[in-house]
Amino acid sequence: MSGARRIGDFAWEIPTDFKPGMRVPGVVFADEELFEAAGRDKALDQVANVAFLQGIVGRSLAMPDIHWGYGFPIGGVAAFDESSGVVSPGGVGFDISCGVRLLNTGLTEDEVRPGLRDLMATLASNIPKGLGTRGRIHSTESVLRKVLTRGAREMVGMGYGHEEDIDHTERGGAYPGADPARVSARAFERGADQLGTLGSGNHFLEVQVVEKIFMEKEARAFGLHEGQVTVMIHSGSRGFGHQVCTDYLQVMDRVVNRLGWELPDRQLACAPLGSGEADDYLAAMACACNYAIANRQAQMHWTRESFEQFFKASDRALGLHLLFDVSHNVARMEDHQVDGRRRRVCVHRKGATASFPAGHPDVPAAYSEVGQPVLIPGDMGTHSYVLVGTETAMKESFGSTCHGAGRTMSRSKAKKTIRGPELKERLERQGIVVLAGNVKMLAEEAPEAYKDVSRVVDVCQGAGLSSKVAMLRPMGVLKG
Amino acid sequence: MRFNTIEHTADIGIEVEAESLEELFAGAARAMFSIMVDLDGVSAVLSREVSLDASDLVDLMFEWLNELIFLVSANRLVLCDFEVGSVSGERLEATVRGEEIDSGRHSLELEIKAATFHEMVVEERGEGWYARVIFDV
Repeated sequence: MSGARRIGDFAWEIPTDFKPGMRVPGVVFADEELFEAAGRDKALDQVANVAFLQGIVGRSLAMPDIHWGYGFPIGGVAAFDESSGVVSPGGVGFDISCGVRLLNTGLTEDEVRPGLRDLMATLASNIPKGLGTRGRIHSTESVLRKVLTRGAREMVGMGYGHEEDIDHTERGGAYPGADPARVSARAFERGADQLGTLGSGNHFLEVQVVEKIFMEKEARAFGLHEGQVTVMIHSGSRGFGHQVCTDYLQVMDRVVNRLGWELPDRQLACAPLGSGEADDYLAAMACACNYAIANRQAQMHWTRESFEQFFKASDRALGLHLLFDVSHNVARMEDHQVDGRRRRVCVHRKGATASFPAGHPDVPAAYSEVGQPVLIPGDMGTHSYVLVGTETAMKESFGSTCHGAGRTMSRSKAKKTIRGPELKERLERQGIVVLAGNVKMLAEEAPEAYKDVSRVVDVCQGAGLSSKVAMLRPMGVLKG
Repeated sequence: MRFNTIEHTADIGIEVEAESLEELFAGAARAMFSIMVDLDGVSAVLSREVSLDASDLVDLMFEWLNELIFLVSANRLVLCDFEVGSVSGERLEATVRGEEIDSGRHSLELEIKAATFHEMVVEERGEGWYARVIFDV
């Protein structure tokens, strides 16, 4: 086994002899500090493990927010040939289509700051959050089936939002190929009343202010300017998606046994693309993506209602427009140049965001001249970012960039070293109002448990994977 | 039975040691629920029967813990008592007890999305049994 070597200012190669069995090398996009952080846990080993999988093309990649996950590392990106490759549910994760959306407002910090505490309380009472909380939408099975195939479109049809929201969501608001017949009854049971719930852990809703614009033209296209208030929602597919992943991990585990494949980690269970099992998983995964998009759409709708109740004006008068909605745990069939030729590949992004440039067919019309918005949630004490996709990302990372700050401290260590109530006080002194279901648990999500998000996005910019458009500062945080 | 939590950068894991397989499975369940909720505040007022089939012991542990996560997620239960009647080959029969989640009364901590296969171990060690499980939280 030989070690990793630096191959650029922001890139490190993990050669195939790092671990016997690797089919392609790994590449980690990082500066010295972030690379060293990645080496402290088992993340690099996981980059190498992904390179064992059948039909992997190019390199097994990791974004600068890489850290130890299960199966794939968090921040892992890998592409598999459509005829010789595989799809792996562990390469997407349990929280299928965990993602972020950003709602612009026409309000300034001065207009929102005086009543911020009450506004946060209104948001908290309108948006269900935390463990074991029932959602406000009691969806029958027939409604759920429509949500699973039509995503945000169905929600808008039901009155949760506006037509134009659909144009500002990845894949036009609905992942194609979703088939509810490929989803277990158990996933339906878990999904029945969790639609429109925030969840817990690292999920949040934040009221933020645009602190700095880096790219004028792109910011204008995204409707952003300094001093403007935005709302970020970070949430996923809830129990529905978790169950889809659990179900298909066992299906894929049996496939691996049948084919006699030796995998370095059982969590990497996978099936050949084109097989019945792979098709079934991709159809069920698309359902979970649509559930997640619908989930964020419902929460955005109640966010609009909360602002309407609070400011006594319509959401249109308040300028509450959806900027974009991205998924950062997903697998998709895409076309990419690999070794000088165009190939159809299944790109897995696990804790990584699509970063498509201007003119890419998957960039919505509204942004086709500037590129796809990339939404990066930071930790609750520092910043979040809006980035834009690049041509370089298409060449270097299958059109991908980072998804967040990435953890650096375990949850138990965070709880041991940081006290929730003290953290809440410290954030309040910084002018950040925090509403949490369990203040003690807030410690696990403390800013010091995360890497420096600014460093992560700077490395992405240095490596050319995305460019910074705007930096957002938190004003109010809602946690499960 | 003894258990402790494992440090993991993003998620959380458990290690369990027990004298028998039955005790090991019960202990893993107890360890998992102790991450989710303060178990002192949970009473055994209702019960559920669990019967599982799997391909090997690791698969059985995966099924067992994810079955209990399903009861939390779909039926909104918190569980505190795990009577594992038998673990033979790859079959498990158990009665689990607890109550419905009451966020006013229960001190809820971390939602567990799933038990993963990542680095999962279920094996005989010396006179007893050992298990290691990493969860997605």
